Amino acid sequence: MFLDSAIIESIPRFFTPVLLAAIGSALCERAAVFNIALEGMMLVGAFAAVVGCVYTGSWMGGIGFAIVAGAAFGLIFSFFGVQRGGDDIIVSIGLNVLAIGLTAFLLRALFGVQGQFEDPRIVEIPKVNLGPVADIPFIGDLLSGQSILVWFAVLMVFATHFFLNNHYFGLRIRAAGQNASALRSVGVSPERVKTVALVACGILCALGGAQLSISNVTLFTEGMSAGRGWIALVIVMMCSARLPWILPTAILFGLVDAMGFRMQGLGLPQQLTEALPYLLAIVVLIIAFRRKSMRQQALGQSES
Amino acid sequence: MIRSRYVAIIAPLGFIFLGVMILLAIPQTRPVVEGFLNGAFGGRNHFNLFSTLARFSILLGMAMSVLVSFRAGLLNIGGEGQLVLGGLTAALVGVYLPGPPLYVSVVALLAAMTAGASWAVLAGLLDRVAKVPLLIGSLLLNYPASYLASYFVSHPFRDVASGATQTHRIMTEARLPRFPGTILDYGILLIGATAILVIALEKTSVFGYRVRMQGYSYGFARTSGFPTGALYYRTLIISGMIAGMTGYTAVFGLNQRYIDGMLTIPLYTWTAIAAVLLAAIIPLITPVTAFFFAMLATGAVGMERSADIPREIGQIVQAVIVLYLAGVGGKMLSGGTKEDH
Repeated sequence: MFLDSAIIESIPRFFTPVLLAAIGSALCERAAVFNIALEGMMLVGAFAAVVGCVYTGSWMGGIGFAIVAGAAFGLIFSFFGVQRGGDDIIVSIGLNVLAIGLTAFLLRALFGVQGQFEDPRIVEIPKVNLGPVADIPFIGDLLSGQSILVWFAVLMVFATHFFLNNHYFGLRIRAAGQNASALRSVGVSPERVKTVALVACGILCALGGAQLSISNVTLFTEGMSAGRGWIALVIVMMCSARLPWILPTAILFGLVDAMGFRMQGLGLPQQLTEALPYLLAIVVLIIAFRRKSMRQQALGQSES
Repeated sequence: MIRSRYVAIIAPLGFIFLGVMILLAIPQTRPVVEGFLNGAFGGRNHFNLFSTLARFSILLGMAMSVLVSFRAGLLNIGGEGQLVLGGLTAALVGVYLPGPPLYVSVVALLAAMTAGASWAVLAGLLDRVAKVPLLIGSLLLNYPASYLASYFVSHPFRDVASGATQTHRIMTEARLPRFPGTILDYGILLIGATAILVIALEKTSVFGYRVRMQGYSYGFARTSGFPTGALYYRTLIISGMIAGMTGYTAVFGLNQRYIDGMLTIPLYTWTAIAAVLLAAIIPLITPVTAFFFAMLATGAVGMERSADIPREIGQIVQAVIVLYLAGVGGKMLSGGTKEDH
């Protein structure tokens, strides 16, 4: 009843921003940086993408600006949280407020508008058309006509998984998380490794934001990340930062989002359908953490 | 270490003082400073000073709510949901409950406190029963709460005639009276009294001592035989009650109705968290930092009027302060509690 082609087509749009942020968050989680500034990083990315589009007139400029802005936020986090040894939670709170204030400030300083910015100069990210595949029912809807970032996000899941398990730097990231002094003893600075993870996370989150502002729609609204960064964090927590699980979980959230959007069309108030992902997040976390604590209890019993 | 921390605090203050002096000395930038001061304290009959105080009252309420839970080592950052639900409940009682004004007012206050407390307890149950960390659980609960409030005021309880997404006006006689000739209402007295109570009890009562010890070291509290389970929920209930009460004062004093986004868009809760952190979770300093952030926000509005600088500069400055502080303060939240939980 619900699953028609329009819904299926919209699923990737909904899961991609969350998925990109979740990959970034997983990197931080593995490097033992408790980054809960995903929300702010996404917001800044969404804004920077719009700015880039307007000033360069091309979507690539938008992506470029988003990458720079995301990396900058990653570096700020790293400076205060890693180099200066600040509290991750406090740094994150600061960055989230900074993102809200900075985007609203620049929105008015650069474009002289408040709340929402729409402009014909904002170019959409091109969509990948798969030709004959588009005619296959369901699969064609899902795969064809999606933005480049959708494909990038999906490929990044596998690339990051491979990278973390096989590449020497991926191993260093995990080492920085598990035993920083061991890493230091072989002459690698865990601070530097964490910084790299944070910058990568910032870039990925910002790209997620770009997907929101120059692909799903072509406009910027204040606070447009609307809690997606927190959803991404929930996904990473419940998957214990294991990437193969992150993709299906993100798709599940995308599905719920898409269904919520559809239910709006059927007359359900928008405010209630928008609360759905958060309710799902809470339910999912309850299940995930229950199992985790049961496992820990069982482990504790067998040891004693 | 201690000495370098003093330097870390005094040095930026010196820089700011110097910067303000330079701004004042150059004639072109002078209106910026004047605009800020005027926005925070000036205006006709000190109108702006009272709007600073009105903002301070809400910030202080939320800061106390945050303080109570942070002091106990509970990272309840769900104040926003508790505040919103408190405000919404108060508005609904104020609009729809018939009866004498005082009765309506008191019922609305109690209902708002109950709503705030139950939302906090819900986050606590998620943490204790379902093992979802309080930080995440309380935060996630913010979103359903504000969407729910947003739904209520845009559909079933909307004052359609007004055109805006807001509830009807509450019973006029039941609203919090204002100080004569100002826009400031008696809500600040209620919140001020609560703040004094919280600060005093934290220092003098057994309960306050236990809460503090639990915050410093959960293990110590347990080994000393404190009822940590009951303490946990009681702390959350108090924190949620104060948040709900703050919502009540905002609705019954400031706006006399619930307007969509009135408690979330000004970032009251995040600012309050920033104020508590800036005060290093020390109760006596929290009102000062809360006032500072209130002044920063209204001063920025003044700067917008006089020098055409967008008022969001206030939020940016606030964020920079929090970041600087994190760099100086070290592991204040997660460092102290991580090992115990």
